[in-house]
Amino acid sequence: MAQVEKFHYDNAIVRNFAYATMIWGLVGMLVGLIIALQLIFPQLNLGIAEVSYGRLRPLHTNAVIFAFVGNGIFTGVYYSLQRLLKARMFSKVLSNFHFWGWQAIIVAAALTLPLGLTSLHEYAELEWPIDLAIALVWIGFGINMFGTILKRRENHLYVAIWFYIATWVTVTVLHVGNNLELPVSAFKSYPVFAGVQDALIQWWYGHNAVAFFLTTPYLGLMYYFLPKAANRPVYSYKLSIIHFWALIFIYIWAGPHHLLYTSLPDWAQSLGTVFSVMLIAPSWGGMLNGLLTLRGAWDRVRQDPILKFMVVAVTAYGMSTFEGPMLSLKSVNAISHFTDWTIGHVHIGALGWNGFLTFGMLYWLIPRLFSTKLYSEKLANTHFWIGTLGIMFYAIPLYWAGWTQSLMWKEFTPDGFLKYGNFLETVTQILPMYAMRVVGGTYIWPEISLWYTIWSRRSAPARSLATKQPKRLHWLARMACTKANTGTAGWKEGLFKCFYLRP
Amino acid sequence: MLLLATIAILIGGIIEIFPMVMIESNVPRIESVKPYTPLELAGRDMYIREGCVGCHSQMVRPFRSETERYGEYSKSGEYIYDRPFLWGSKRTGPDLQRVGGKYPDSWHFNHMLEPQSISPGSIMPPYPWMIRDELSLDLLPKKIKALRTLGTPYPEGYEQIAIADAQKQAERVAGRLKKDGIEMDGLEKKEIIAMIAYLQRLGTDIKPKAQATK
Ligand code: HEC
Ligand code: HEM
Ligand code: HEM
Repeated sequence: MAQVEKFHYDNAIVRNFAYATMIWGLVGMLVGLIIALQLIFPQLNLGIAEVSYGRLRPLHTNAVIFAFVGNGIFTGVYYSLQRLLKARMFSKVLSNFHFWGWQAIIVAAALTLPLGLTSLHEYAELEWPIDLAIALVWIGFGINMFGTILKRRENHLYVAIWFYIATWVTVTVLHVGNNLELPVSAFKSYPVFAGVQDALIQWWYGHNAVAFFLTTPYLGLMYYFLPKAANRPVYSYKLSIIHFWALIFIYIWAGPHHLLYTSLPDWAQSLGTVFSVMLIAPSWGGMLNGLLTLRGAWDRVRQDPILKFMVVAVTAYGMSTFEGPMLSLKSVNAISHFTDWTIGHVHIGALGWNGFLTFGMLYWLIPRLFSTKLYSEKLANTHFWIGTLGIMFYAIPLYWAGWTQSLMWKEFTPDGFLKYGNFLETVTQILPMYAMRVVGGTYIWPEISLWYTIWSRRSAPARSLATKQPKRLHWLARMACTKANTGTAGWKEGLFKCFYLRP
Repeated sequence: MLLLATIAILIGGIIEIFPMVMIESNVPRIESVKPYTPLELAGRDMYIREGCVGCHSQMVRPFRSETERYGEYSKSGEYIYDRPFLWGSKRTGPDLQRVGGKYPDSWHFNHMLEPQSISPGSIMPPYPWMIRDELSLDLLPKKIKALRTLGTPYPEGYEQIAIADAQKQAERVAGRLKKDGIEMDGLEKKEIIAMIAYLQRLGTDIKPKAQATK
């Protein structure tokens, strides 16, 4: 694709977004870990309003979705858009406005949500002044993107860009639609619609926040970074176009699958189910296109941590988009709704698809952005394995918890009484599974290895061959590095590389 | 491209949302469902503030296992004054749609102060600040006015007596708590009073009071 002309592109903005992704990823998931712990030890609420579970939970979802994944999207978009269009971003001012505006919004969210200032709509909790700020920044991003598209030097619009455009349009519509509120004071408002209507609109939004924030932009990123990392063309360009249109058309209808068996009228529930089941086709179209791009490169997948991250990400996408349509069947949803099954489904998508694609992308990008080498492949591989274990420790116990609890809720004695009439019994039963989930929280820590790559470069500017590596380098990292290099070049050379040559 | 994408994503939303919002028969009215009193409204906004919805649903699905556990299943007409809706998506704790009248006021007082003392092993967080902090009613008139603008049938001018109304109801709740032996200075001014008023209201619109305490 695009010939790399580094000096033309604005890499500073990409670097900034990459930093932000890494910081907020850590913060958002730490909050996730805290609420996971609070679910086992209610004392950890400390009797302090601002850090109690009910207020931190939306902080977690907002931080991971809009701060971690959001900045991840922008990192990838600002990098790939410039290259695909062979043009610098339209406006440096808008880029910076977008970056700082978005971070300011995140900080505002981190301040207001613990204070209990919330409009409650899931994934749109922020109150109306912040909603307005979001709209403004989002429009800035839009102008910047479309401006760049208009002044492009490359005639063809690659499919990744289609996904970016659909994302921008839909998020705009959703954001406005779901935040129609009448303000009462600076931080309190009531939604225009009530009850069932409010619910329908919220889940039209909520489902498509998943679709157009966690899915379509990431498919765009997949279509750019996966072929790049694998050094192969996309398996089928035609398929990517077809599944693009099918996906964005069908996704919008699926919202009511969040409201099955509720008081929503049946016709709406049925529409939701039908379209959700159809969704499997375009979703798997995307997954297969991603995986098949790697045909003939599977030997490299075994070695290259970046490709490993991406393969698991795409597979997790396939899993959650298979599970999703199942959960949309009314008979299955009768079991899964309200239980930890949903939470398991969420985090397969979130940790697997979004998390791992982000990490794969960052491992690929950071060396290029900072003109350095990956500090250590071994470290990245370790990250990959700990992360994968983390996902398993998160998801498997939660599926178990969901099924267990649902069965207990529904079990009757032969005389026709509820077997577990006391709800609490069904809670204490699944606490061990909640504890295992906390173990899965180790998913967070290896992210630090990304920082290491940046830091190791920064701490050693322009070192001459003769000077030794500064003491600051951790011995573990050195060992890992040595080992990683011995495979190809013999251990002496490996040692030499790691201790004397590494930039 | 931009235009086509916009059209593609608008169709589904329009077809689902417009009939829902425009056609009244989609939400059958129930005569006995009345707007929240000012105190209950304050309690409801506190329920929103604390994010109780992250653990509690307010939606009884039409299964025997649920009607047995919680009571009559939910009807769309019950929610017409719910801004925003509080159905929730996760039941870490039980459904609360029919909790009104299930327990005495003092049960809720003690439970909110320390859930573990009432339900040993509970993982619900304690809410001591609701008992410590005074309830702010200042916004009530504005809230009533805003809700009327949106369609809740509060009578014209009701906002002027809303605060007095809330205080009266608060005294009644505090009176019942005192009878159960809960003594405290300025009890009727605390946040917990509004919370209890709201919880006791939940689901009672279509549930006869007598049947409530079984
Ligand atoms: C971490 C999740 C969690 C949060 C947050 C939470 N609860 Fe609970 N709640 C529970 C659990 C678990 C139970 C069942 C055990 C018990 O009685 O404590 C429960 C029980 C209850 C009950 C008794 C229901 C019954 O039918 O027995 C009420 C009432 C209640 N909660 C109100 C609230 C209110 C009001 C809030 C917000 C201020 C809240 N809860 C926040 C988990 C939670
Ligand atoms: C290791 C890191 C993480 C931990 C420990 C964690 C933990 C949690 C916990 C405890 C909950 C509440 C579950 C409940 O209500 O019972 C939750 C909810 C949620 N998390 Fe995470 N999380 C992590 C990472 C992520 C990431 C990376 C994302 C998204 C990209 C994410 C998205 C969500 C969402 C959307 C919900 C709400 C689910 C719902 O309402 O149904 N989480 N998380
Ligand atoms: C074809 C694709 C998909 C379909 C049809 C689908 C369907 C569903 C269904 C039926 C639920 C349960 C709703 C409930 O019972 O409450 C759900 C919840 C959820 N899904 Fe999916 N899913 C899909 C893909 C994904 C992906 C890829 C992700 C994330 C990256 C994701 C994130 C979520 C989240 C965050 C929730 C929880 C919402 C909430 O209750 O707060 N889904 N999905």
